[in-house]
Amino acid sequence: MRHFLDFEKPIANLEGKVEELRHMSSDGSINIADEIGKLQTRIERELKQTYEKLGPWEKVQVARHPERPRVSAIIKQLFDDFTPLAGDRNYAEDYAVIGGMARFRGQGVMVMGTEKGSTTEERIKRNFGMARPEGYRKATRLMELAGRFGLPVLSFVDTAGAYPGRGAEERGQAEAIATSIRACLRLPTPMVSAIIGEGGSGGAIALAAGNRVVMFEHAIYSVISPEGCASILWRSGEHAQEAAEALRITSDHMKTLGVIDAIVPEPLGGAHRDQTAAISSLGTVCFEQLHSMQSMDSAALIADRSDKYLAMGDKALA
Amino acid sequence: MNWITNSVLPKIKAWVQSEDVPDNLWVKCKSCGQMIFHREFEEANNCCATCGHHAPLSPENRFRMTFDEGKHTLVELDSISEDPLKFRDTRRYSDRLRDTRAKTGLTDAIAVAYGTIGGKPAVIAAFDFRFMGGSMGRLVGNGIVAAAKEAVARNAALITVPSSGGARMQEGVLSLMQLPRTILAVDKVRDANLPHIVLLAHPTTGGVTASFAMLGDVQLAEPGAIIGFAGRRVIEETVREKLPDDFQTAEYLQEHGMVDSVVARSEQHAFIARVLGFLMEKKPAAKVA
Repeated sequence: MRHFLDFEKPIANLEGKVEELRHMSSDGSINIADEIGKLQTRIERELKQTYEKLGPWEKVQVARHPERPRVSAIIKQLFDDFTPLAGDRNYAEDYAVIGGMARFRGQGVMVMGTEKGSTTEERIKRNFGMARPEGYRKATRLMELAGRFGLPVLSFVDTAGAYPGRGAEERGQAEAIATSIRACLRLPTPMVSAIIGEGGSGGAIALAAGNRVVMFEHAIYSVISPEGCASILWRSGEHAQEAAEALRITSDHMKTLGVIDAIVPEPLGGAHRDQTAAISSLGTVCFEQLHSMQSMDSAALIADRSDKYLAMGDKALA
Repeated sequence: MNWITNSVLPKIKAWVQSEDVPDNLWVKCKSCGQMIFHREFEEANNCCATCGHHAPLSPENRFRMTFDEGKHTLVELDSISEDPLKFRDTRRYSDRLRDTRAKTGLTDAIAVAYGTIGGKPAVIAAFDFRFMGGSMGRLVGNGIVAAAKEAVARNAALITVPSSGGARMQEGVLSLMQLPRTILAVDKVRDANLPHIVLLAHPTTGGVTASFAMLGDVQLAEPGAIIGFAGRRVIEETVREKLPDDFQTAEYLQEHGMVDSVVARSEQHAFIARVLGFLMEKKPAAKVA
């Protein structure tokens, strides 16, 4: 069963009808096949119309869609010889962060990302993609390793944010995030980061301060969740929709503000309707971005990142 | 509590308020409730003589307290286009900025100055919590960048004093981008082999902690300051557990290995001077104009 979002109800109804007709069409009537064809055209039109003008709040829901492509699916489809590495060497293995060495179109790289999980069991194990300090320290360790051995880094971010827990605070969540950002910035090899679903605040930037940052069309990137922002500025979480609008969290705004370099187009109806196609586009864009840095040496790569992030905030929306 | 606090002080207060006397003659300690004569309070750099509570301190007063003989020169900060997102909640961000500026007389939530501490050249970047909760947007980022540049140019130590509720939400993702930006800034100081001391003042939370504020060579904190990434209420709601009373205090952080020392204001000048003495022994003191 496909999971439908609230605003996808008309599409869900049409698809329901198609299903019904398919059940009936076992007798092979031509009229029914015709009818299905017409319905499918309507579905496509409906999807196109809906997804062309998704508002920020709808995008929040798409970005959080339970069937959105996960990091593990991306690694499986785009990378070969994935060799996962575990642990921060201090305290624990954090299952919310996946990472390791792999081949990306033949080239040895370090790949890492925040993983929300796909089944209930896995979601719990991965803490819904909310990392603890160990996750960020593991990311730091992997980036340092990549730097020493000349491996480019590809990172994929999908997280509501860093985990707000007692232990996480006691073990230095803030320091772990800051150190991970620093590791991104000081990396002597190229780094491409992708915001694939939710780019939630410090927990996202910890893994996403790359030379090039790309973003799925319907992904979101924000300093705070719309709910959190609404509860502080409007004093009620019910204003989340307005907050989502005000925070400018969508990929088009990110591009205008210079926060991202490229938008990865999603298949009709969002990445969750066709994960394989979505991941394939992501692979193409990541490869282009990585390729664009081919001639840069370590000093140039570090300087490139320094220039990029020191200039953050120079651009404004018209 | 005695008869003075119970009966005399309320009467004095009533008298003070009834006459047309400025009501800021007495300051009530936010922690113990003690009434403190304002001059005494200011002389103690906004610390309560009774319980030692450290009340917020303006950057200007902090500069006077920390630099040798209070002598310092302010560093001009670049201004930038306002309100990059055309942000509006219940009010426009541009209106909020204008009103806050009119009310506080400040440009934004940070001020930068240079001088010497124990004879060593130093640049201090101090947050001002009165300005939108010390939240970090692009202008605050500019302050840290300018302070770091100034420190490198003057061969000086950098002392950052955050006091902030976190990122400036009204600047959206651009405030999040101040995390890498400020980290880059303080790393320039690090690369120049100059010390970066962080002095965490109450409160330092959210995005500010997850950036330059946790990357000092020496991490100091003011007594009782609340320091943490996630807010206490958010954590309590998430883990459904009662947190210890002293959770996220400077002292608690020190116990958990996040802070080198908790230093009262009365000791800060001497403490920082001593640290810089060790770390800058081999650096010739640059000239301070």
